[in-house]
Amino acid sequence: MTTMINSRFPSPSRRTVLMAAGASLVAAPWVANAQGADTVRIGFPTPLTGPFAAEARDQVRSAELAVKLINDKGGVAGRKVELLVRDDKLNAGEAATRTLELIEKDKAHAIVGALSSAVQLAVNEVTRARGVIYVSISQSDTINEVKDFSRFTFHEALNPHMTTAAVAKHTFKRGSKVAYLVADYAYGHEMLRGFKRAQAALGAESVGEILHPFGAPDYSTFMPRLRAMRPDILCIANFGRDQANSIKQAVDFGMNRNARIVVPVLLHNQRLAIGPDAFAGVVGGANYYWGLEQSIPSAKAFNDAFRAAHGGAVPTDYGAYGFTGVYSLLLAMQAAGGTDTDKVVAALEELKYDVAKGAQSYRKCDHQSMQSVLVLESKKRADMKGDADLFNVLATEPASETMLRTCSELGFPA
Amino acid sequence: MTSQSSPLPVMAAAAARPAGLVATLTAWRVPLTILALCLLPWVLPSKALAVNVLIYGLIAVGYNLLFGYTGLLSFGHAAFFGAGAYATGIAIGQFGLPWFVAVALGVVFGGALAVVIGLLSIRTRGIYFSMVTLALSQLVYYAALQASSWTGGENGLRGFTVAKISLFGVAVDFLNPVAKYYVLMIFAALALWLVSRILNSPFGAAIEAIRENETRARACGYDVERTKLLSFTLSGLICALAGTMSALHLAIVPLDTLHYHTSGMIVMMTLLGGAGSFFGPFVGALAFLLMEDVISLWTSHWQIVVGSVFILFVLFLPKGIWGTALSWRAGR
Amino acid sequence: MDAELIAMQLFSGVALGAILIMVALGLSIIFGMLGVVNFAHGALFMVGAYAGLWVASLTGSFWWGLLIAPLAIGAFGMAIEFLLIRPLYKRSVDDPLLLTFGLGYVLVEAVRIVFGSDGIPFETPALLSGVADLGIGFFPVYRLFVVGVVAAVLVLLWLFLEKTKYGLIVRAGARDPLIMRVLGVDIGRVWLMVFGLGIGLTALGGVLAAPMRNVSPEMGALVLAEAFVVTVIGGMGSLIGAVVAGLLVGVAVSMTALFAPEMATIVMFALMALVLLVRPQGLFGRAVAGH
Repeated sequence: MTTMINSRFPSPSRRTVLMAAGASLVAAPWVANAQGADTVRIGFPTPLTGPFAAEARDQVRSAELAVKLINDKGGVAGRKVELLVRDDKLNAGEAATRTLELIEKDKAHAIVGALSSAVQLAVNEVTRARGVIYVSISQSDTINEVKDFSRFTFHEALNPHMTTAAVAKHTFKRGSKVAYLVADYAYGHEMLRGFKRAQAALGAESVGEILHPFGAPDYSTFMPRLRAMRPDILCIANFGRDQANSIKQAVDFGMNRNARIVVPVLLHNQRLAIGPDAFAGVVGGANYYWGLEQSIPSAKAFNDAFRAAHGGAVPTDYGAYGFTGVYSLLLAMQAAGGTDTDKVVAALEELKYDVAKGAQSYRKCDHQSMQSVLVLESKKRADMKGDADLFNVLATEPASETMLRTCSELGFPA
Repeated sequence: MTSQSSPLPVMAAAAARPAGLVATLTAWRVPLTILALCLLPWVLPSKALAVNVLIYGLIAVGYNLLFGYTGLLSFGHAAFFGAGAYATGIAIGQFGLPWFVAVALGVVFGGALAVVIGLLSIRTRGIYFSMVTLALSQLVYYAALQASSWTGGENGLRGFTVAKISLFGVAVDFLNPVAKYYVLMIFAALALWLVSRILNSPFGAAIEAIRENETRARACGYDVERTKLLSFTLSGLICALAGTMSALHLAIVPLDTLHYHTSGMIVMMTLLGGAGSFFGPFVGALAFLLMEDVISLWTSHWQIVVGSVFILFVLFLPKGIWGTALSWRAGR
Repeated sequence: MDAELIAMQLFSGVALGAILIMVALGLSIIFGMLGVVNFAHGALFMVGAYAGLWVASLTGSFWWGLLIAPLAIGAFGMAIEFLLIRPLYKRSVDDPLLLTFGLGYVLVEAVRIVFGSDGIPFETPALLSGVADLGIGFFPVYRLFVVGVVAAVLVLLWLFLEKTKYGLIVRAGARDPLIMRVLGVDIGRVWLMVFGLGIGLTALGGVLAAPMRNVSPEMGALVLAEAFVVTVIGGMGSLIGAVVAGLLVGVAVSMTALFAPEMATIVMFALMALVLLVRPQGLFGRAVAGH
């Protein structure tokens, strides 16, 4: 038996065990391989504690759903699939330790997960050295580059290059005056680079850029200068709480009266956390929005399965990553007829899948998932038809290699 | 204090009849600790956790030299831990140096940083000392965040995985968790032996005198400032060594290593085990990491349990697990 | 770079300083009177924001939240002093620090359990939303209101400490607790009250900050660091020091944001390190050997 944290309602017997000082919880992992040699074990490190706990919870729910759907259809070559969820605490060191445990002790066949660039790169480093398959579901441009490339790593999430290109295409116009507020760390710089590239191609003009410290709680001191730039478009390139705080404060300062606020990724949970008024009219990219079900059958099927499992709740953007990441891996394992690493890697490279959002496939050189990018606009309170009715889908950029940096640009041999 | 022992273990044990077990433990503390460390990977849930206990136990031992024995509450020891780790990673990844050179560089670099921060901070006292160390270590954190071409910034340092090492001509598979544990254990054992020697030396008596009463120590002719600086530096050196071990173990250096949360965790571990005792910090690191590992498998709200345990220890067991066990033995 | 922008930037700095003062005051009062370094201060700021949110959602009015939450959390602070801090007074100064460090963990996680890990929206009250034209630029009305509240609190606090009998006792108690005891003053009650006051102030800061920031369990962590910086620069235990340092840090951050924005956080810690090295007891602190 493997202990899993994701079970929200422990069975009475387990609870009794826990009462006994949790001794058996320690005991269970002691017996290496007690889970039986015939299950397929997928390690799933995700930040169950910390600021992205809500996103992590959605990731776990959706990943469990993918496992359940595969198991209901007979598993992988007759073997049941098991998801081993671990808390990485949004800390790269913690994530590396958990990944080592998953590989060395739990004998995981593959790892899926991570929710920050640093954690993703840490897991990638550990799996790369040990030849273990890793499906990464956190956004980053760095993971695509040849320096961090691992033959065993597949990047299921979007990257900043893709989202900024799609968002800019539908918001920037020739002659638009764009001001940038950018988080001063790798992910922020990647988003800025993407936007500026698109800006040059579209003939828009930059009126200035401000780098803000990563994790800043107050943005008021940047506002006078941003206002003095007199932009038509204010691009806010940061993530999570930083995004929530900076959008809210920009709106408090009336920045949205003369300028449109644009972000690379519009986050479902941050929109819920800040409320509709501050976000109204903000445009951003996304990998998934449940409203896709109107046009895409696989999205409808995913939503329905999720609703059935979680009392009518809809899956979120990061939840969808958990689903597509685990599902694509399991499909490849089915195609490979088991868990042999080389065969599964080959199967993933060949895989064409449509499990939640239309056609997807992994590019050969950097293992980036080529997929559609949605451009969303946050709805006004008055236009919302329900609590989950958050966004209008402005556009869907179809999956295409033209949205990615070329293989040679990333440093791969031609 | 029972931590001071005479140089001859057997005589010390014989002399201290009333608390015989305690005296024996003290006299044989280094061999006993090493024996316990040898068994560790086989009793803990995972080998990776065992290496972490080794690393954090060593940091706590180093920190204890300053906090437990000299009586200085530093909130900046993450800086030396991180400096050792970064220097090791950069030496291997960017300069292609052999791992043992990188370890030496890491220790030297962390030690040098400890001299600088020590020089600046030991002039202040009490709570101000804690605040200066906190502020200076936060500066180190932001410096590492900004110098991303060297440190990898927020993404962390990576690209220096050591897969195989050659130890006295024998090739060791460093990806094998057991081999990795025992290689790193050699470093920890050497450091523990060093700390034990330091505590038994006249210098050990001097730092405890400063902790008990700084004014009296000064009156007795001790050079208080120099002694404090030396203690600060030694403590930093040991944390830096732990940092180099962490870099070799995880093959990454996360930026969080330098964050003041890490410093806080070091304080918690030391206090949990028992500040001012030789075994205490190791016991504290073991208890803290095991608690976190086990509870976080059961609930994502592990912090409430860890925090409560910590409060209860401050309130009711201020000597920590080991310190309480010792005084309970001695009191019988 | 025109004069208007620089004036506006100065004003933003002062407004930011007002928020910093609000958080640092309680920390400084508690250290000055009780000698306790409260590491749970940031967590209590966050608990204050959630309490305000909860009261506001029950009553449907921001104003009740602003009034009741600080009082309730102040009372909670008194309970903390009575049950957890009081047993430690005879021990080393490190012990209350370490205890409150653990308490911070517990409070953050308790809020996660009760309110969830996602942030919760806290709308700006309708009366105070929108921007005002200051002549040199636009500024949110709500932030002007916060500056006003902080100024009012400072005046009230000053009147309390300087003009009332209780204020006299509190000030004397901070100087020499033993004499106060000899004079028959129940110093324990004074400390209880002071701790409650300090926590009430940080809770008020939390409620005031809630409409400007994302209300989330982690919101206190950064605030704690900022409050420490301000208190240490001003001199731990000095109220005037907290006010001057709050404004100083606010303006320093704001000016850095204008010329080297990515350094806006690091400048706080650099300033703190500098002050500590030149004048370890802070700008207005009394030099005390140990504590």
